[in-house]
Amino acid sequence: MSASAEPAPPADDSTGYVIPRDVPLWDIFLTFLVIGATSFGGGVVAYLRAGLVIRKKWLDEEHFMSALEISQALPGLNATNMAIIVGDRLRGIAGAVIAFLGITLPGAALVMLLGVLYASNASNPYVNAALVGVGSAAVGMLAAVTMQIGRKQFGGLIDAAIIVVTVTMVSFLHISLIWVLVTVGPAAVFIYRPRKNDTDGTGEPAA
Amino acid sequence: MNQNLSVLAVFSLLSVLAVGGGAAVLPETKELVVNQYHWLNDDQFRDIYGLGQVVPGPNMLMVMVIGYHVTGFLGALLAYLGFFVPAGILSWGASRVWDHFEGSPWRVSLQKGMAPLVIGLMAAGAIAIARTAIEGELTVAIAVGTFIGVSFIRRVNPAFFVLGGGLIGLILLSGTGAGMP
Repeated sequence: MSASAEPAPPADDSTGYVIPRDVPLWDIFLTFLVIGATSFGGGVVAYLRAGLVIRKKWLDEEHFMSALEISQALPGLNATNMAIIVGDRLRGIAGAVIAFLGITLPGAALVMLLGVLYASNASNPYVNAALVGVGSAAVGMLAAVTMQIGRKQFGGLIDAAIIVVTVTMVSFLHISLIWVLVTVGPAAVFIYRPRKNDTDGTGEPAA
Repeated sequence: MNQNLSVLAVFSLLSVLAVGGGAAVLPETKELVVNQYHWLNDDQFRDIYGLGQVVPGPNMLMVMVIGYHVTGFLGALLAYLGFFVPAGILSWGASRVWDHFEGSPWRVSLQKGMAPLVIGLMAAGAIAIARTAIEGELTVAIAVGTFIGVSFIRRVNPAFFVLGGGLIGLILLSGTGAGMP
């Protein structure tokens, strides 16, 4: 794969949908800037879908899901990985860079403003009390989001075992994340390896 | 080692380890930033994580504030580049070759195997933040209230619950010395 500045060739599929090639860079920047400035509360995938698939029609559902699949399988945040992949498909490397800057700049500017204010008010009792409240609420939100994703993808006892092993290794045995990833990861993928008599392509162990 | 290089190295490592997103890499972030490099203490880590939750966009932009605490604005920039660029390059490369694996049964295996691992890592992330944020009954109440709110009141943006938690903290905890260093 050469690192050319040309966009990846648009995938031709049965629906005949082709990713537009002539989207101006400023339009990519502005679209991701708006998503970056309005996506509060973590659910950035919903904002991306609304902006890219529904409003701009730069991607159809299928291409959106394929980009999301890559973002989730690889390290990094969905928001920035999606911006880079979609920007690249629209306008090559320049599109990827501009989309990444767009989605991160509003939050980056605001978090730095808050960070500088925090650094000079770190011993203010009101600031501390408010941040304890925010931190506690964040625990509840993280737990809720984990449950939502867990319920959607939960596949029975095998999954439960993998979850328990992972939490035990990270939270209670304090094993470094890199070791958890290189042991549990391949083991989990091996458990769900393709079977010879798996004809439906679901990856489920054949009965 | 030069502090700026350390910031770049730590966040680049976290970037390539962040399989499953920001929450999944939280325990490791805390371990490196608080316990190994002593850039922040527990309370500062919780506070800066909280700041990251009230701004829009990707939810790990708080890494910039951590970098800022180490070496100022240059540290913030290095943390930003370190945390987002390596993973971004991996995704960029993968997206260009991904279609070649269209229909490979291993793609399904990868997704099915990694899904529970990611859920486990996210749960560990919630535990890591809970260990620094939960102190006393009111904080438990805020966490449980937010959990119920986010889980069952889908029409309200989750960010409002997080801001609400901050407001309750401000009103009810500011006389108690909560979170004071």
